[in-house]
Amino acid sequence: MAEVAHAEVGHDDHHDHHEPSFWSKYVFSTDHKMIAMQYMFTGMAMALIGGFFAYVFRMQLAFPGASIPFWGTLSPAAYNSLVTNHGTIMIFWVAMPVLIAAMGNFLIPLMIGCDDMVFPRVNRLSYQIFLISAIVLIISFFVPGGGFGGAWTAYPPLSAKAQYNATPFGAPLWLIAVTLEIVAFLLGGINFITTVMNARAKGMRMYDIPIIVWMIVIASILFMCSVGPLIAGAVMLLFDQTLGTGFFDGAAGGDPVLWQHLFWFFGHPEVYVVLLPAMGIVGEITCTFARKKLFAYKLILYSTIGLGILSFFVWAHHQFISGVDPRAAYLFTTTTLLISIPVAIVLFAYIATLYGGSIRFTTAMLFALAFTGEFLLGGVTGIWLGSSGVDVYLHDTYFVLAHFHYTFVPIAIIATFAAVYYWYPKMFGRKMNETWGKIHFWGTTVSFNGIFIPLFILGAGGQHRRIYNFQHYPDLAGADMQDMRVFATLSLIVMLAFQVIFIVNFFVSLKRGEKAGNNPWKANTLEWVATSPAPHGNFGPVMPEVYRGPYEYSVEGREEDYWPQNEKPSDS
Amino acid sequence: MKTIDPSFAEPIDSDRSPALSSSALGILVFIVTELMFFAALISAYLIIKAGPEAWPPAGQPRLPIEASAVNSLILFASGYILFRGYRSFVKEGNSEGTVKLVRFCLLLGVVFVAVQGFEWVRLVGFGLTMTSSQYGAFFYLIVGTHGIHAIGALIGIWRLYVKLRAGILRQSSFQGVLFFWYFVVGIWPILYVLVYLS
Ligand code: HEM
Ligand SMILES: [Cu+2]
Repeated sequence: MAEVAHAEVGHDDHHDHHEPSFWSKYVFSTDHKMIAMQYMFTGMAMALIGGFFAYVFRMQLAFPGASIPFWGTLSPAAYNSLVTNHGTIMIFWVAMPVLIAAMGNFLIPLMIGCDDMVFPRVNRLSYQIFLISAIVLIISFFVPGGGFGGAWTAYPPLSAKAQYNATPFGAPLWLIAVTLEIVAFLLGGINFITTVMNARAKGMRMYDIPIIVWMIVIASILFMCSVGPLIAGAVMLLFDQTLGTGFFDGAAGGDPVLWQHLFWFFGHPEVYVVLLPAMGIVGEITCTFARKKLFAYKLILYSTIGLGILSFFVWAHHQFISGVDPRAAYLFTTTTLLISIPVAIVLFAYIATLYGGSIRFTTAMLFALAFTGEFLLGGVTGIWLGSSGVDVYLHDTYFVLAHFHYTFVPIAIIATFAAVYYWYPKMFGRKMNETWGKIHFWGTTVSFNGIFIPLFILGAGGQHRRIYNFQHYPDLAGADMQDMRVFATLSLIVMLAFQVIFIVNFFVSLKRGEKAGNNPWKANTLEWVATSPAPHGNFGPVMPEVYRGPYEYSVEGREEDYWPQNEKPSDS
Repeated sequence: MKTIDPSFAEPIDSDRSPALSSSALGILVFIVTELMFFAALISAYLIIKAGPEAWPPAGQPRLPIEASAVNSLILFASGYILFRGYRSFVKEGNSEGTVKLVRFCLLLGVVFVAVQGFEWVRLVGFGLTMTSSQYGAFFYLIVGTHGIHAIGALIGIWRLYVKLRAGILRQSSFQGVLFFWYFVVGIWPILYVLVYLS
């Protein structure tokens, strides 16, 4: 707290203008863009680890017992650990840092026209804690007993007692890492909300704020309101693991389902925490490349707020078979079906934005369109799962797994790629190669469907999650089912292989990409006013002033088909 | 480590005057998270308490209700005095009076934490520990969490006191710490009623 309270004073000692050293420029920087890059590169590195884990355990499922290239044979314990940490990494160390932290840090000050976050040093602290959390997680893979293997949801008693999970050090380290990571985002969230409230450019009123900024702020509020219970649960679980308390131990008078409530009270809003920034990204890109005003800006905004509120009342749809009272299940079914309405409104507003536009199929736009289409599938299958009668059969099958991958992959992979292709010029001053970008796009999205459509079918056929070797179960060992598993695994390998193209394109374009100029996409929002890449302080001596909303594209009677927010009206 | 701060940020509110300073707003957002955190602890406590076991269980020491009540009064007084200190700071800056009030608040806060610590030592001596029962576990969990917050806030007040004496304290910083201390003081009676009086 003390740090928060005193950060303002810190502004005073910033004014010595000497050339910053390597350490102060790249490692201990307080500049929001540099912190965004730190988050982004850490997130991308973690994504490689998480992707590799997926490759290993998918190989085991497709070719049980075979020796896996780059790994060897996979033991059941290692399988559990890989599955657990794959999920943990992708949600907490990839989706969160890239979508919320990197995008929020990079875009918020640029888009609302200010020079930095209001608490730059808190911001730096946030990344440092995040980095430590990632290191703790990675260390946990190498301690005696190996990394935690009790699933990313860490249900007790499996997670609470070393005699069950057999990871006496991995389990507590995992928990500590998650808690630290969450503390890091707490600091970030405070910064985002406060900055947008207090530091907007002159003239930027409520409805002039770009939709992505709204979405990141609403996501931050959701995060801040939902994370307390998870921290409380994590502390209690850590005590159960290390001090021998029995908060979640039925035999000691505790209650294991209590953990599920604490976890999912956070867990469900959390899925919207990552969803909203992705939807914001897609909204921005759709408008820019359809050259159309965002359809129903206010409706989108208010739907998002409604969605945020509702997201606190759906959590028990994860617990329909955990002994939740059927009458309560009925209520949670209702709220779950209700929440798909605002989600659908936003998506349909994006589709309506496309209507009659002059669409440019850049790589970023392709990814944005793919998000809208693929996420719809994820959302629709969520409605089935939300109906408790159906979910009794589908719970913990691959159908659930395919459902949330059809939400998470569009969010954390597809929308993130859209954002990278779109804002890359602002980050590094050059464009990424479009041809390779499109090859990467098709390779990624087609193979993504190749992975998860078979898993929907397998799940509906009764294939349970978290099973090491399906050959042990006669019902699941048939050749037709095994063929689908092999197909999914091969698709995964194809998808991973296509990421090489992205990585090469990313790094080659740093040096060789086409020079971008300030506003390569002819977009309206303020980040395109700054030079590419944006300097310290973002806008130089004159901060931009805002005269209109962010989506004035193809306005009649204007020569240009765009109208930057900061352009002075000619008649005044 | 001054050189590692290349941010060019001007004081943000130079040309606009937001309703709340950034420090105060940041702390308020943080307090919302804290409220949800305590709400989770409390609901966990209520759920377990409603379980089949006797509450408080036989053979476990009773909590010191009266002593803690007196201690609560000390905490409230400290909250009120920081409020007076803030008012005085707004009116007369870092005057002698302000410094005295902040120092007094700090002192009372430290007394509160010390008495709590003393109680804990006695309770542990009587056999109430985190593993002796759910009753003990929740007592230390909830009251301990509050205690850690109190200590954190006192460190904040102490830093504030140092800056006040050096004459470099900003009103917004004071406000932020004040809000957080209100939170620590304000949540205490709820915890007291729930944990001690049941
Ligand atoms: C309209 C939107 C959505 C609805 C109605 C919905 C509904 C559901 C339901 C009912 C379940 C529980 C299934 C079960 O375990 O038996 C579920 C699981 C899940 N959903 Fe969704 N969902 C929606 C959107 C999302 C989004 C946007 C995400 C991610 C960003 C997501 C991520 C997940 C995850 C991770 C799980 C499984 C957790 C686990 O058991 O490991 N969902 N969803
Ligand atoms: Cu959910």
